[in-house]
Amino acid sequence: MKPFVLLPASGEAEAAASVAADPGARFIAGGTTLVDLMKLQVETPGTLVDITRLGLGEIEDIEGGGVRIGATVRNSDLANDPRVRERWPVLSEALLAGASPQLRNMATVGGNLLQRARCNYFRDVTAACNKRSPGTGCDALEGHHRGHAVLGGSDACFATSPGDMPVALVALEATVETLRADGSTRSIPIGDLYVPYGDDPAREHVLAHGELVTGVVLAPSAWAARSTYAKARDRASYEFALASAAVALELDGGVIRTARVALGGVGTKPWRSTEAEAVLVGDEATDAVFEAAARAALADARPRRDNGFKVELAQRTIIRALRTLRERAVEEAA
Amino acid sequence: MMDTVAVDAGTRNDRSRPRFREQLRVNGREHELDLDPRTTLLDALREHLGMTGTKKGCDHGQCGACTVHVDGRRVLSCLTLASLVGDAEVRTVEGLEATDGTLHPMQEAFVACDGFQCGYCTPGQLMSAVALVEDEGCPTDRTQVQEAMSGNLCRCGAYPGIVDAIERVRDREVAR
Ligand SMILES: Cc1cc2nc3c(=O)[nH]c(=O)nc-3n(C[C@H](O)[C@H](O)[C@H](O)COP(=O)(O)OP(=O)(O)OC[C@H]3O[C@@H](n4cnc5c(N)ncnc54)[C@H](O)[C@@H]3O)c2cc1C
Ligand code: FES
Ligand code: FES
Repeated sequence: MKPFVLLPASGEAEAAASVAADPGARFIAGGTTLVDLMKLQVETPGTLVDITRLGLGEIEDIEGGGVRIGATVRNSDLANDPRVRERWPVLSEALLAGASPQLRNMATVGGNLLQRARCNYFRDVTAACNKRSPGTGCDALEGHHRGHAVLGGSDACFATSPGDMPVALVALEATVETLRADGSTRSIPIGDLYVPYGDDPAREHVLAHGELVTGVVLAPSAWAARSTYAKARDRASYEFALASAAVALELDGGVIRTARVALGGVGTKPWRSTEAEAVLVGDEATDAVFEAAARAALADARPRRDNGFKVELAQRTIIRALRTLRERAVEEAA
Repeated sequence: MMDTVAVDAGTRNDRSRPRFREQLRVNGREHELDLDPRTTLLDALREHLGMTGTKKGCDHGQCGACTVHVDGRRVLSCLTLASLVGDAEVRTVEGLEATDGTLHPMQEAFVACDGFQCGYCTPGQLMSAVALVEDEGCPTDRTQVQEAMSGNLCRCGAYPGIVDAIERVRDREVAR
């Protein structure tokens, strides 16, 4: 690990200003991404600004049955919040499918949104990686890329966006609130937060250096309350997704009124599939329709030598999640 | 998924680096330490306080060997910077037994149920198991107990005994 200075911050504005003023500074929240990458010397910040004592650790009720989730709320607390379990079950399920209990006790909402790629070459400072060291190339093209993305990306980089929670938040159309160094705030629809890096893989999101995520806002809806998360991985638990699906359905009799489909483990960002949603809406909740939606979601997939299996795996994961929702609807009706 | 252990020699002896004084509360005792900011809680415990019960497996959050409690919650000490622990209470495997040396019921149950073989993962397993039963509300379903313990890997594969031990303590707590 490279030496660094730890700066205490007494307020959000001060924290944002401190990081913005210094290109080598980073916010530190749970540290589960950052400390790991610092040990690998992938991250070498000269300054760390601790944001866990800024009062961003609460989940507040807001008008109309929504919530504002503070950026440093721990993943385990968010997953177990009764409001979240009832109104946005996909979020709770996605969180509980991620990492381990110990990591979830540490990891925060803001850090989870901005966690970095798990690509082995990104994590190995001796390897060529355009994301870590722009212009050096991508060792994954010829190397191990079984876990890499089939949607988005380019020959410059096709590292998978690793998170589970962000996939759920994309399906839920959450809003990310930030504070900039000049004191201004913005509300970013999560669909606009991530960029599907093509030529500039070092850039993964639209936030400026020193822009502090202060919270995430969720609005309630009939479809959000009927949502679920399915995750396929190499072992039963404590592993990143090979493919995952966050889906939501509003059913009217057997007919799908509203649908949301987002994919994890297969894209260079949490991947919303409006194509799949278009297939689902207005049609019956049958296996044939679910299968057509799953095909539509992966229609643009560009598999490479070793990750072609992800196309079918992702389709099956989507279908499994949709069937779960249909079963729950049937149980509720009974 | 396990990486090789990175030995971070720089965190120990280099006196020219910026250092900070840290009050660390471990198992109910205050310790005053002079640390490099890079020191993890795991290294502070093992290298500075000589409390080697907590183990370093991967040093990257991938195995759970370093699990301790911070303010009653189980966390990974290898990814926790000691300087960020503040005035929180740290509980380690050394803090499980009673002052007279009586084993914690979970330790007894691990012995009774063959919950370990080489013992390397055991301190981490114990700290997870104790958090599960004492604070998190241990599930009644065996698969859910396994899921709740999935953050602690065991190279020897002592998993069935570990889950047996937890169920034994859980059922005793329920019976009380
Ligand atoms: C072994 C292992 C297994 C894992 N498995 C999974 C998994 O299965 N699924 C999954 O989704 N995740 C998994 N994770 C990743 C984990 O979820 C993330 O590391 C965690 O969510 C990051 O949150 P943090 O608070 O610890 O972030 P930190 O490490 O503190 O920060 C991460 C990054 O975000 C920045 N940041 C943090 N907070 C803010 C903020 N408020 N505003 C602006 N920038 C901010 C930091 O500067 C840093 O660059 C795993 C991690 C490990 C180590
Ligand atoms: S030493 Fe492996 S998780 Fe900390
Ligand atoms: S008992 Fe040997 S690693 Fe678990």
